[in-house]
Amino acid sequence: MRLGHIFLGAVLVFLYTPILVLMAMGFNASPLYQLPFQFSTRWYGDLMGNEGLLTAGFNSIVLGVITALVATTLGTLAALALNRHSFRGRSLLQLLLLPPIAIPWLITGTAMLIFFFWTGIGRGMHALVIGHVALAVPYVVLVVGTGLKTIRTDLEEAAMSLGSTPVHAFFAVTLPLLFPSILGAALFAFAVSLDQFVVSYFLSSPGYVTLPVQIYSAIRKGFTPEINAISTLLLLGSMSVILIFARFARPQSPGASK
Amino acid sequence: MTEVHIRSIAKSFGPVPVLHDITTQFAPGSFTSLLGPSGSGKTTLLRIVAGFVTPDRGAVTIGTRDVTAVPVWGRNIGMMFQSYALFPHMSVARNIAFGLERRGIRGAEARALVDQALEMVRLTGFGARSPKELSGGQQQRVALARALVIKPSVLLLDEPLSALDRRLRQDMQVELLRIQRETGLTTIFVTHDQEEALTLSDRIAILDRGRIVQSGKPAEIYERPQTRFAAEFLGDSNFLTGTVEQGGVRLADGTLVQSAHPLPAPGAKATLAIRPEKLQVSTTAPNRLTARIVTVIYAGPVLSYLLETLDGTRLKLFQANRDGTILAQGATITLGWSPEHAIPVAE
Repeated sequence: MRLGHIFLGAVLVFLYTPILVLMAMGFNASPLYQLPFQFSTRWYGDLMGNEGLLTAGFNSIVLGVITALVATTLGTLAALALNRHSFRGRSLLQLLLLPPIAIPWLITGTAMLIFFFWTGIGRGMHALVIGHVALAVPYVVLVVGTGLKTIRTDLEEAAMSLGSTPVHAFFAVTLPLLFPSILGAALFAFAVSLDQFVVSYFLSSPGYVTLPVQIYSAIRKGFTPEINAISTLLLLGSMSVILIFARFARPQSPGASK
Repeated sequence: MTEVHIRSIAKSFGPVPVLHDITTQFAPGSFTSLLGPSGSGKTTLLRIVAGFVTPDRGAVTIGTRDVTAVPVWGRNIGMMFQSYALFPHMSVARNIAFGLERRGIRGAEARALVDQALEMVRLTGFGARSPKELSGGQQQRVALARALVIKPSVLLLDEPLSALDRRLRQDMQVELLRIQRETGLTTIFVTHDQEEALTLSDRIAILDRGRIVQSGKPAEIYERPQTRFAAEFLGDSNFLTGTVEQGGVRLADGTLVQSAHPLPAPGAKATLAIRPEKLQVSTTAPNRLTARIVTVIYAGPVLSYLLETLDGTRLKLFQANRDGTILAQGATITLGWSPEHAIPVAE
């Protein structure tokens, strides 16, 4: 028990200390991360003038939202097909969804780059959307599929016995019960897109860069606390989304009976 | 009051035949139990009547309407599920109003009907609750109210009481029967619980491997089972096998057992079923067998004895616990029974 606490504490320390240090340094006046700590909002001011980082941040958020919308729609439909219908090749499809999660990003990214050039899709925002959606869909299928398994099929049957068509039964019963899972999957997809560096690096074009790619090229030129500032903003943004989700979309126990 | 007809229904799932050529009818206002072990096809038959399963062959008629090609949502059925299947994201009242809404009944009219339905299942005032706040028995009554409020042509029950504990189940049986009588709904009830089938039904249909092996009034089937399966599945039974001769059945040990019922031709093999409660300790009855008591089971009002005859045939004897005397284990007794109670059954 006590050992467990120590272990948990160590994990949290190693997980959060670097993040807290990163946040603190965004408010330190020294451009060379020198101590003693002197509070300043200078880097946030500079950030507002840094066109490159701001544009990249904006691009990342837009890309994340588009990825979340498209991947969640496709993934939810796929999860419904895989869990609620039987068709030829279903188990093979289900099996094929998992390996991409385990394949190193570098390999996936190289493969995508070659494929996109070969087919003429090329690079740029559209390529990033396709790439990110492809990366996020397996996660959505997993999350929504898990949610679906907790919703008994006899709920839809009950709705149909009361006069619902299958489409109405889906919208009146299954979808509301599945909503927390779908929302969770969308957040997951957004995070996959926002986090993505390797694939984004390969697929972004000079005119369209995402934040991780921009940060990487900025770091190569030299580290400035502006990067801490934008990282902090990003962190606070994504953490509050997660917290709001955890607070309001706590999955209820669908299935009604105990 | 609507009649349900099933004509030559057959269904296979892939290569596995589940129902073979079933023809039967459910009289208006009757309460029929489909009784059988799992895999007997009883649930599939119910789901064909409901419209969840399309039969490979045959026709289903509800009232005068052939509904074979009509999907579930067009059949106007009331259905109760084993798991209650209440919508967890809706209040009790909204659950009950769901079917009304689908029929275009809303507002004050719907509220009045919902209240009426709640009153019928004795849950007045529970409308605003969430299903999660109700006990299993209460949830089941909401499910019943939801099925009844739409005034269905038939009520289909898929083992709705099997998730409840014994006491609650008995209460619900009484309640279900009362409501069924009040509404006069033609009811089809799927169960594997023989006691439930006996107490609730006007008619029982026993299914075995996709066929109805016997159907009739509960007492008819219990007193005159036609097959070994029916005798075993509905109640307990002793079986004696032998060869027909001299108007009786000659057992392996030479005993001639008399039966008051028509037997197969002399020389043929025959099996007689004798209910354990119809045996008595008697040295004067026309049919007698000597057996040793192997196990005594004391169950309060009833005493069960497991016995073995000299040639190893196992028998069961049920005795009402009239005066508290218990026969001793290991004792050898003579069992007697009337020829009336030796029922020839097909294997």
